[in-house]
Amino acid sequence: MEIFGIPHQAFLGQLMLGLVNGAFYAMLSLGLAVIFGLLGIVNFAHGALYMLGAFAAWIMLDKFGINYWYALVLAPLTVGALGVLIERLFLKHLYKIDPIYGLLLTLGLALIAEGIFRELYGVSGQNYNVPELLSGATNLGFMVLPNYRAWVVLVSLAVCLGTWYLIERTRLGAYLRAGTENAALVQAFGINVPLMVMLTYGAGAALAALAGVLAAPIIQVNPLMGSNLIIVVFAVVVIGGMGSIMGSILTGLGLGVIEGLTRVFYPEASSIVVFIIMVIVLMIRPAGLFGKEA
Amino acid sequence: MKLKTLVAAMAIGFAAAASAQNTGPVKIGFITDMSSVYADIDGPAGGEMIKWAAQDFGGKVLNRPIEVLTADHQNKADVASSKAREWIDKDGLSMLIGGTNSGTALAMAKVAEEKKRPFMVIGAGSARLTNEACSPYTVHYAYDTVSLAKVAGTALVKAGAKNWFFLTADYAFGYSLEGDASTVVKANGGTVVGAVRHPLNASDFSSFLLQAQSSKAQILGLANAGGDFTNAMKAAKEFGVNKTMKIAGLLVFINDVHSLGLANTEGLQLADSWYWNQDDASRKFAKRFFDKYKRMPSSLQAADYSVAMNYLKAVQTAGTTDADKVMSTLKGMKIDDFYNKGQIRADGRMIHDMTLFQVKSAKESTTPWDYYKVVAKIPGEQAFTTVAESKCALNKK
Repeated sequence: MEIFGIPHQAFLGQLMLGLVNGAFYAMLSLGLAVIFGLLGIVNFAHGALYMLGAFAAWIMLDKFGINYWYALVLAPLTVGALGVLIERLFLKHLYKIDPIYGLLLTLGLALIAEGIFRELYGVSGQNYNVPELLSGATNLGFMVLPNYRAWVVLVSLAVCLGTWYLIERTRLGAYLRAGTENAALVQAFGINVPLMVMLTYGAGAALAALAGVLAAPIIQVNPLMGSNLIIVVFAVVVIGGMGSIMGSILTGLGLGVIEGLTRVFYPEASSIVVFIIMVIVLMIRPAGLFGKEA
Repeated sequence: MKLKTLVAAMAIGFAAAASAQNTGPVKIGFITDMSSVYADIDGPAGGEMIKWAAQDFGGKVLNRPIEVLTADHQNKADVASSKAREWIDKDGLSMLIGGTNSGTALAMAKVAEEKKRPFMVIGAGSARLTNEACSPYTVHYAYDTVSLAKVAGTALVKAGAKNWFFLTADYAFGYSLEGDASTVVKANGGTVVGAVRHPLNASDFSSFLLQAQSSKAQILGLANAGGDFTNAMKAAKEFGVNKTMKIAGLLVFINDVHSLGLANTEGLQLADSWYWNQDDASRKFAKRFFDKYKRMPSSLQAADYSVAMNYLKAVQTAGTTDADKVMSTLKGMKIDDFYNKGQIRADGRMIHDMTLFQVKSAKESTTPWDYYKVVAKIPGEQAFTTVAESKCALNKK
């Protein structure tokens, strides 16, 4: 059996790989959507935070012998703490002014982080091995899927759905959403809004770092890994609708799959297909697929 | 009368400009990828090597100070060519060295030819530079795609690897390398089953590798470089592609091997023009580099030093920076230093020996950066495009 001229087994294999990449897009765009939705900050440092997560894991293993499983928790915590620091030192001064300042500030921070790591470690990248427990591969019938990639999809889905649930379905999430609508009123009810906002940015940073740790065994840990990805992730968020959490998850997964299929049918276009879709979506639905029309 | 004054004024003006050309500093420009995928194999350290050559030459040539300018082309051909144009027009650049990325090198070669300036290509691989796109002012000094294909490709096909599939970087260099390697494969009785082209700086290779695997070819030829090569190797191992196919890296630098580690690269065969541990003179150069950068130099960084030094020697011998005279001096002289021995041919191709290396296993490697063992030394006449194969008009006299 063939689908679009390629054997259906190969087709299923490519769908699966698209899903793996989509899982990364989903996790990263989720963090962006949360930060934008709750802080109104267009967080251009997101790619750098992702890179820092991967480097944190590598440094932990290389310098301190801390293995992957601990790094999976410790690296996001470290980067999350850095996120809190960034929010306290810089971002909190920017909420009341034009969003462009937040964008410029975070872009600047990203360039600084990237520059420092490029100076320290060069661009060739550092090798991080797949943890013993997840090495090897499983034969799915239509393809041999490395166990580690399956793990990535599972973790990502769990984290994405967990975050969505937390924000859309719990009391804490309700406070958060209310805080963005009318901070003064929520504050009046005795809720510490600045603390909540600070922790939200920290959590967004930790999400990016977690994606970085997950990516470390798959690609070379490299100072440029974030900037390679961030533009695509922004396109994902724009397509999904700025600030829409479920939108960014679904769009991330969907675009990963579409990009994966483009790699088969017209590989040369695989790096721009997301942007073509973005242009089309912006023309038809300027608020994005899942965004609310203003 | 007025006209005469004008002409006289102009003549004086020209004379002044000409003498300024001959007394100001001799400027050497270096345009390469300073910050992205190829920055480690060449980049800022490559620029520093050119400065070292200028210092070691004595800092002066023809009693004029030597000045080295560097710029980042960000892998964009238009940035590279406009910077080259600016330096030549405004700064009176004497010679330009082109770093990594063939797209940028092809663009700069056109500017150099138009403006008549010697253009030395180090990092870029496309053999078109001294073949279809050859120019009297271009020198292709280090390696090229033909030599990679002839040296690494021939050895593999002769060892029994007949069916090839290519994973190719989607730009000038990738096309050249895939094309040249295909020619070598076919000439030695092999076949090319297919190819897939990936965007430069693609981070995920799993999809491309799955396509390669389903081609059932014996050999996967990686016609890419730098970060693309390392990420493709890593994914190939993860997906077990290295168990069903033999993987041939067509352009591998020592930085890539270091980055991936011997466990991931052991047994890999590769062609290169220079290796830090090949002889005493090279080890001496490498030590000086290591003391500054805490890593070993790539062949490109060695070539950056060598080409700048030999250019300065040619300027000294010719007694001028005039492009035509320097080019004819360069093409007439023997090049013999720690980097390589050879001669620059009429088409600008520097003909020197290439070496086929094999990556050592972790057991065989005894000191840091001790990564390669020599499989074969291929004489320059066999490694590069022959005059008979060449389409460059400069070879047909």
